Amino acid sequence: MTDGFHIVVCGSLVPDPIQTLEPVPGGDRPALKNEAMLPSVLDPWAGHALYEAAHLAAKTPGSKVWLVSLGPKAQLQQLMMRVAQKVPFELVALDGPASGFTDSFEVAVALAQAIEGIDGLDRSRLLLFGGCASASRDAGVTVQMVGERLGIHDQFLAVDELKVEDGGSIRVLERVEGGRYLASVCEGAPLVAAWATGSLPEPPNSPQVGMQNMRTIMPALAKAGPATLGGEGTTWLTAEVPQQRRETRVVKDSSADEIAQEIVTWIKG
Amino acid sequence: MDKILFLAHTEADGTLPKAAYEALTAAKNLAGDLQGATLVAGLIGADVAQVADTLTGIERVLGVSGPEFAVSRYSSDVAAAAALVSTSDATIIVAPATPRFCRALPGAAARLDGRIETQVTAISAEGDAVEAERWFYRQRIVAKFSRSQRPWFLLTSPGAFEPASAEAGKATLEAVSVDLPAKLRTKVTGIEAATTEAQTIRPDADILLVAGAGWNKKQKDGATHVNDASSLVLGFLELARASLGSTKSLVDQGAEGAEVMSFMSHLNQVGQTGSTPRHRKGLATCCHGEEPHVVGWRFVSERRAINLDETCGWAQGKADVLYVADAFEVMAKVNELLAADA
Repeated sequence: MTDGFHIVVCGSLVPDPIQTLEPVPGGDRPALKNEAMLPSVLDPWAGHALYEAAHLAAKTPGSKVWLVSLGPKAQLQQLMMRVAQKVPFELVALDGPASGFTDSFEVAVALAQAIEGIDGLDRSRLLLFGGCASASRDAGVTVQMVGERLGIHDQFLAVDELKVEDGGSIRVLERVEGGRYLASVCEGAPLVAAWATGSLPEPPNSPQVGMQNMRTIMPALAKAGPATLGGEGTTWLTAEVPQQRRETRVVKDSSADEIAQEIVTWIKG
Repeated sequence: MDKILFLAHTEADGTLPKAAYEALTAAKNLAGDLQGATLVAGLIGADVAQVADTLTGIERVLGVSGPEFAVSRYSSDVAAAAALVSTSDATIIVAPATPRFCRALPGAAARLDGRIETQVTAISAEGDAVEAERWFYRQRIVAKFSRSQRPWFLLTSPGAFEPASAEAGKATLEAVSVDLPAKLRTKVTGIEAATTEAQTIRPDADILLVAGAGWNKKQKDGATHVNDASSLVLGFLELARASLGSTKSLVDQGAEGAEVMSFMSHLNQVGQTGSTPRHRKGLATCCHGEEPHVVGWRFVSERRAINLDETCGWAQGKADVLYVADAFEVMAKVNELLAADA
């Protein structure tokens, strides 16, 4: 059995997926046109990690969840207005760019330092969660680098299931090629789990949870320290949206038989 | 002057995956284009002697082997990779973006104070600089860049490079020893199927069928026909040996309690929070959004769609052909023709 987990979830904001993204030249790195104005959402896979963390904490007495977010303070505040009503957590905020063009190494350094500074965090009980990739940098490397910097050498990527077994060991299913899972059993915390979708739906909004979270969110945002993400050593050569417009041939007023024949010919071609 | 390490791991059967030979192409091309560069190979697996013999064109082949390295596990893989990079003094590491390496190599890069990119789609040399290209924002923006930090890990996206041919001969394999903890805390217990239903994900299939939420919606008669939809989709997968992708909205219907195709899971999902598979052909059915047509289709070269909406803004301009028709009727006929030809 366990005395409960200390679950730290790394996750921040990304542009709402329905937004059109256009890269423009920035200072140290490319930027997005109207980046500060783009509506943003909690990074989808990090969101799954947060919901899984809260679910695990709720059924494991003595557990606690922290959300460590690096992003522009004003945008983080807007994001928290929506996320805070989902599940209970304590925010640890870092003020800095949430751009996909930031350096994963520098982000990992900043996140690891922030986690090391969490008051009362018992690293022997630590489960470090995050998304298996962000919808911005989309590299799928940051959580592992944070884990490595924290000295956690049991790590799992693209996790869809994490179960605490009798005796405290933890069984993990990770996505691998061909729509299959790699099954592993870890002796217990500490470990890193970079989540895929998991199995939980997005929780409904709870005003009570929101009020409880906001008591710690606003002070956390107020004291958010700056994260240094200079991108030193990186030279950006191009960043563009490829021209992918195709000349679409529209086939209408054809019978199902005719269309099917054409598709089968194409498949066999 | 850069030293390039081609890094690969063996599969359960002791061979190298196809993605490794693709990374080998990238590594060899870079070594040829980058002035003064040298190429070394590093292998990880239970027994790497056999696959070392397929790399006889590379002067130096290093290997980490033993039963602990037979399985995909962070703690043993990160130690092995770090040891191979250190022994070879490599500054550039080219490796396939397999799930095993995507899990372990970021940690190796952090351990060695290096940098890492995954899903790299192009690597080139410009003077003495190495340039990498990959996609950002879920396949919406492509960028090219270089870094001065070393070691720099470049994990090549499967399907982005032509696989190199396996060579034949007898390589001289240098064994590299790795210090592992006395006890490894993680035990790999095996591979499991994602569902008890039919296997619908086939990464090597020539064609990807993307099923959208329209399959589960009310049809002309005002009723849903999920069983019929399931039969049509499964029938096509079997007859065309196709792989199945899904939109998020279709997968989410299951979580919301609606009647859904029982074999469909989040693993089928393509797009923003799903995969971006590489197949030569893609056929989208009953899809009406950006996800399948832009993000999920990014690396599908021949694209067709069946859609009732002629004006669908996401099929228009993204598909080569848009069939304005009822997917139930068309796919039934397609399956009939494929079955007759089988």
